[in-house]
Amino acid sequence: MAQRPVPLAPGLPRWPGAIAAWLVLVLTLGTLCIVALRAGTGQWLGPADWAAVRFTVLQAAASSAVSVLVAIPVARALARRRFRGRSLLVTLMGAPFILPVIVAVLGLLAVFGRGGLLNGALSAIGLTEVSIYGFHGVVLAHVFFNLPLAVRLILQGWLSIPAERFRLAATLDLPPGRFLEWPMLRAVVPGIALAIFLICLTSFAVALILGGGPRATTVELAIYQALRFDFDLAGAARLAVLQFGICAIAAILAWTVTLPQAQGGGLDRVVQRWDGGRWSVVRDGAVLVAAACFLLLPLAMVVTRGLSGLADLPISIWPAALRSVLVAVLSTILCLGLALTLAMRWGGALAGLASTLPLAASGLVIGTGLFLIVHPLMNPARLALVVTALVNATMALPFAYRSIAPELARVEGDYGRLADSLGLRGWARLRWLIFPRLRRPIGFAAGLSAALSMGDLGVITLFATGGQETLPLAMYRLMGAYRMDAAAGVALVLLALSLLAFWLCDRGGRVDD
Amino acid sequence: MTEGLWLDELRLEQDGFRLSADLSLKPGQVTAVLGPSGEGKSTLLSAIAGFLAPVAGRVVWDGQDLTQVPPGSRPISILFQDHNLFPHLTVNQNLGLGLHPTLRLTQADKAKVEWVLDRVGLADLGDRRPGALSGGQQSRAALGRALLAERPLVLMDEPFAALGPGLKAEMLDLAVEVLGSAGRTLVMVTHDPEDARRIADAVVFVAEGKAVPPVPPQALLDHPPEALRRYLGREVG
Repeated sequence: MAQRPVPLAPGLPRWPGAIAAWLVLVLTLGTLCIVALRAGTGQWLGPADWAAVRFTVLQAAASSAVSVLVAIPVARALARRRFRGRSLLVTLMGAPFILPVIVAVLGLLAVFGRGGLLNGALSAIGLTEVSIYGFHGVVLAHVFFNLPLAVRLILQGWLSIPAERFRLAATLDLPPGRFLEWPMLRAVVPGIALAIFLICLTSFAVALILGGGPRATTVELAIYQALRFDFDLAGAARLAVLQFGICAIAAILAWTVTLPQAQGGGLDRVVQRWDGGRWSVVRDGAVLVAAACFLLLPLAMVVTRGLSGLADLPISIWPAALRSVLVAVLSTILCLGLALTLAMRWGGALAGLASTLPLAASGLVIGTGLFLIVHPLMNPARLALVVTALVNATMALPFAYRSIAPELARVEGDYGRLADSLGLRGWARLRWLIFPRLRRPIGFAAGLSAALSMGDLGVITLFATGGQETLPLAMYRLMGAYRMDAAAGVALVLLALSLLAFWLCDRGGRVDD
Repeated sequence: MTEGLWLDELRLEQDGFRLSADLSLKPGQVTAVLGPSGEGKSTLLSAIAGFLAPVAGRVVWDGQDLTQVPPGSRPISILFQDHNLFPHLTVNQNLGLGLHPTLRLTQADKAKVEWVLDRVGLADLGDRRPGALSGGQQSRAALGRALLAERPLVLMDEPFAALGPGLKAEMLDLAVEVLGSAGRTLVMVTHDPEDARRIADAVVFVAEGKAVPPVPPQALLDHPPEALRRYLGREVG
């Protein structure tokens, strides 16, 4: 696209984006500064802190490596096989991203936990049972969440190799693996691995349930423990700075490698190939069945156990559900407002910074900072839900921005001059040009943000008192009290609400197209 | 006071490309801007419309200096090469934007839209979206909006280039008929001397970094200067 000359008066105001950017800066860097000041000069990092750092980095590296290594054969099988239910499987690969973490963990416990399917089978044939708790459990859960993401992104890479090249390789009798697939993987995989590494660094809920103890505590979890159990503000602050440092380094690393962009469509193509024989068909089939089982069994367990658990639902669940819905609505509105106003400054340094910083920040760090701000003024518990919505909106911002901003830039490129010449400015421009043309990305971003917020078990654990439970927190407390049937029922309700929230928003963006 | 459009020692620069223009156009006339592609015809229109700030000089309409006026506030309608209609709005709404950017239309406004639709041959198609119209009908809708907008100067940056030759001629005739008879001043970019000969009162030739002041098309095309002769090649001989 040719460079568009800057008009004398911009059709969309830039100041709301500046306010949004500064708000995000305050929420991420500002809270961090407050926390760092509070940490003061006291003792420096102790052995427990270093153990948390080591565990955080190691589990993230292991999760990322396993996800990518397993994803490669799965993506290859999906790229070259055509079978019934293939597109459904690809669609389901998108689901874990909006799946509440605690629901997925419950499903994993039902399969791999004590008394789960796997251990039932093992003890039936006289083998010793395995435990899902600790390092490998955390990695297992992270692979569950990130394997589908990795598969989708690598599948994109595979499908981006032109079909003509496979034909050429076949006529020249060249092995396509070495000449076509290896270069593609080398280009695509590092970015994906880094993205997953980054996601796993800030993992909290998984570590909260499956980790714990001196040998399996992430920095995020350590912050929570310092605040919640020891009320050690200085310790929490020290850890918060540490966490930001780790994430910032990873984010800068990720910036140097091109981060993969998830595309919506186009994954239903199959690459026709001429190499490989019957053996490779069998192998692909086995890989796909194994991957599908790994991803679908826990979900199936959530549904079946949830249905029988519905009878045990405590009545207090419904106010919690209402609170979760309210938090999700508030968070979605905030997130969309931030993303849209920042998108109006597309290409600007401030917008780029503000839409990236939350990737390096962690919800608990922001929560800690807000906690410290609010603490002298009033009881932080009173603001638990508002703070949760604010943190959730911030954390979802990078995804919402990346969905909206490029589209807004494209619309302005195509129709900006026409709108300028008609004098469409400010609200009229939003009303008649931007909103109608951005329905899809806005709907998608809203769905994502609503689902993420609905299922979030993060900062709420820091603040909430009895009367302020959200649905994920209520579920976590039921699990902690070993009321697994009731927890399973809540999981089903939470799952339904999250999927419904995503579906409603995303659908809303697609009507009458 | 100069009536019409006056480009007062205008100098433009864009990505290392330069163009100068010092000329005036009489009101109510049809002026063709003719020249090889890539010589700056569209750049000149961009500057007049306010999308490109000049490095020096002024754009003046009826004695009013427009140089610092934003595009939407200039007494100018413009038809682009493409993207002349918002695809998500109906034809009625697209035309209505020419009256009020907020689309708050009175009964009188709606009647005006009806009348203009009829005038450009789109009666009864107002509820359709542009996607449901043919290329020619879309051009008619864009012309209709320019007619409705009641801005005295209309710029056309080859809006009909994608149409076939017959349809293009038809649209140019329609433009001159409805806009010209409404007293508008038309400035249209073209690379086809035949267009200029058929409908223009004057021709501005743009080449080698300069927009030459307007001359009658007959005189210019019958006795082309060196640069134009080269551009026209065998056509004039």
